[in-house]
Amino acid sequence: MTTLEHDASRGRVRRSRPGSHLDALESHSIFVLREVAAECERPALLFSGGKDSAVLLRLAEKAFRPARFPFPILHVDTGHNFPEALEFRDRRVAELGERLIVASVQDSIDAGRVADVPPGSSRNRLQSVTLLDAVAEHGFDALIGGARRDEDKARAKERVLSFRDALGGWDPRNQRPELWHLYQGEVGPGEHLRAFPLSDWTELDVWQYVAREGLELPSIYFAHRRLVVQRDGMLLAVGPWVQPRPGEQVEEATVRFRTVGDATCTGAVRSDAASVEAVIAEVATSRVTERGATRADDRFSESAMEDRKREGYF
Amino acid sequence: MSGPDPARGTVLDPTSAGTELLRLAAVGAVDDGKSTLIGRLLHDSRQLLDDQLSALAEASQRRGLAEVDLAFVTDGLRAEREQGITIDVAYRYAATPRRKLIIADCPGHVQYTRNMATGSSTAELVVLVVDARHGLREQTRRHLCIAALLGVRRVVVAANKMDLAGWSEEAFSSVMAEVTSLARRLGMEEVVGVPVSALHGDWVVEPSGAASWYSGPTLVEALEQAPVDEAAGGPARLPVQWVVRLPGGGRSYAGLLSGSGLRPGDAVVALPGGLTTTISSIRTFDGPLEEASGPLSVTVHLADDLDVGRGDLLAPVAEPPTVTSEVEATVCWFGTKELAPGQRYRLKHTTRTTRAVVRAVSGRLDVNRLASEPAGSLAPNDIGLATLAVATPLAVDPYRVSRATGSFILIEEGTNATVGAGMVGPPPIGA
Ligand SMILES: Nc1nc2c(ncn2[C@@H]2O[C@H](COP(=O)(O)OP(=O)(O)OP(=O)(O)O)[C@@H](O)[C@H]2O)c(=O)[nH]1
Ligand SMILES: [Mg+2]
Repeated sequence: MTTLEHDASRGRVRRSRPGSHLDALESHSIFVLREVAAECERPALLFSGGKDSAVLLRLAEKAFRPARFPFPILHVDTGHNFPEALEFRDRRVAELGERLIVASVQDSIDAGRVADVPPGSSRNRLQSVTLLDAVAEHGFDALIGGARRDEDKARAKERVLSFRDALGGWDPRNQRPELWHLYQGEVGPGEHLRAFPLSDWTELDVWQYVAREGLELPSIYFAHRRLVVQRDGMLLAVGPWVQPRPGEQVEEATVRFRTVGDATCTGAVRSDAASVEAVIAEVATSRVTERGATRADDRFSESAMEDRKREGYF
Repeated sequence: MSGPDPARGTVLDPTSAGTELLRLAAVGAVDDGKSTLIGRLLHDSRQLLDDQLSALAEASQRRGLAEVDLAFVTDGLRAEREQGITIDVAYRYAATPRRKLIIADCPGHVQYTRNMATGSSTAELVVLVVDARHGLREQTRRHLCIAALLGVRRVVVAANKMDLAGWSEEAFSSVMAEVTSLARRLGMEEVVGVPVSALHGDWVVEPSGAASWYSGPTLVEALEQAPVDEAAGGPARLPVQWVVRLPGGGRSYAGLLSGSGLRPGDAVVALPGGLTTTISSIRTFDGPLEEASGPLSVTVHLADDLDVGRGDLLAPVAEPPTVTSEVEATVCWFGTKELAPGQRYRLKHTTRTTRAVVRAVSGRLDVNRLASEPAGSLAPNDIGLATLAVATPLAVDPYRVSRATGSFILIEEGTNATVGAGMVGPPPIGA
């Protein structure tokens, strides 16, 4: 498969080879990043430690090197992290020499901005408050994120540059028209934009790009042995925030993660895929979507994502 | 990578490594079946995964429907499901052995024409969905016009609800005759037609016994076979998007190149200023290029140290665009107020935003007769010809020569709403 070829001629003079869909996606994403940097006064790039944000960082390098990124990297930390993701975050930020801002959900809780969830529950939804507080504190007018339209039916409706009102809300009934590549970044005081350079990428595209670019990812994306417990139809990793409840069986299984998010609501999948190539084969033939397999937060109701997005969630 | 599951649809194959990208949009009048058709296409080609299927079944059940409503595949907003109508474009992704498809399911309601234009502005092909019982409605014609104005050259007609039209060959032929003559006048190249029932699935992914008189492709085959636009065409254009300050001093200019064949050594002019220089190198992060064709995000170095910044345009000296302070353009108007002479907007063209004032509106398009009629202003969802004066000269090409330099948007002061889509030049409509 041609898209997996490593570019042996890297660094040498070559012709551009348009035609590969990854090249087309890449060029467009770079364009979006540069457009946001140019149109907005204070953008920030959201980084979660997951595969989509790893791809975003590579695209930012392609857009802005040899100069530094024209925005800081922002991590909204729920406090319920996989240690591998945090370690990966700190290492990548250090390698890149860029500035990291951590906005902590725990701080929002301590400051009384939001009430904590009961032990063992997901803080995923609380992130919106912390995120919007960070927007206000730093005066961000654009947040660049790695969300993709293939993840969810509400995301499938969203613009590449998506407008948020002064309360951080998304109004899906009244989105700005977005024609051609003429992205419109005008916002009034207190309003901001969310920018999604990976809008048109699928999970498979992301993995093919990871392979092509030789990107490093947190180790939990690949098969490993781990203690898990079955809950709400998902395999949750047993750890500081997830303890077996009465009646639940702890088992050791070979698993990997398809997404990396809040550890209390991100499920693992049984998998032997230990390499990027094996993951690509698995993703291509999976009969379950990324979120369907792994995200408990989307299971509460039919429009869980739409409702969270209306409140300011990423 | 393991081979495709033989039980899967043979033509659409999510495991395929198809490397051509085809962007298409489903358009047509409200309720003619666009969303049901896209849902059917994805469903029957097994591109919907198990959790999506059970969520669809649940959502349909909850609304008391006897069968799964395949329109819910793309109608993902709560309001859309409640009202049974598409409000905004949904994007879905599918693959054939050769191609990756990016599918935009557009709303048909006239109130959401702006969202249909959004979904079609990046499409190379439209699937025009027509209820075969009624033939073309005004909104069907409007959509085809907008698609044609946006430069879409290929149309696949899905003559839908053939089950309700008694699988009548006459109904199909009359839809095809109407679309073909319209498309010809709109300068579109190719019209392929397929009689389908989105509701029951005939001729969408699988041929069926219905329509014994039909022997053409299924809808999916028509999409797989449609020619894809050649990668690049037209003169090279590089709107400067971002100036990269190099650590050792000096600058390079980043932007999305469109058009064909830019090389180091080419003489270029920086517009609207008009200074000329030579391209000394073209690079991406992955290294220097000896030739670059669009669409490609690149950075270039110039031989001379010119005052060039965001909003300027680099173009070959041999084939420059026109620099002008007055633009005549075909405008799709989405504003809630009228577009009328004297009104002021911000105008974004390539990477430059400037102020603009409407000098004149010289006509509006009657989409039923496909003819221009006199008009002094444009009402919401009108298409017309307007002349705008801009505060900073723009380097423009006719839209049919270059989408990148022939297009602009109008932004309303105060609300920051995007209220118009402009295409430089008159509408390309023949007799
Ligand atoms: N009998 C029959 N009904 C159909 C067929 N296709 C669609 N319908 C019905 O027509 C109605 C409208 O279908 P939609 O798919 O929502 O139409 P749409 O074109 O997407 O509408 P908008 O997006 O709102 O413009 C629904 O009740 C469908 O079940 C068909 O082939 N046969
Ligand atoms: Mg619809």
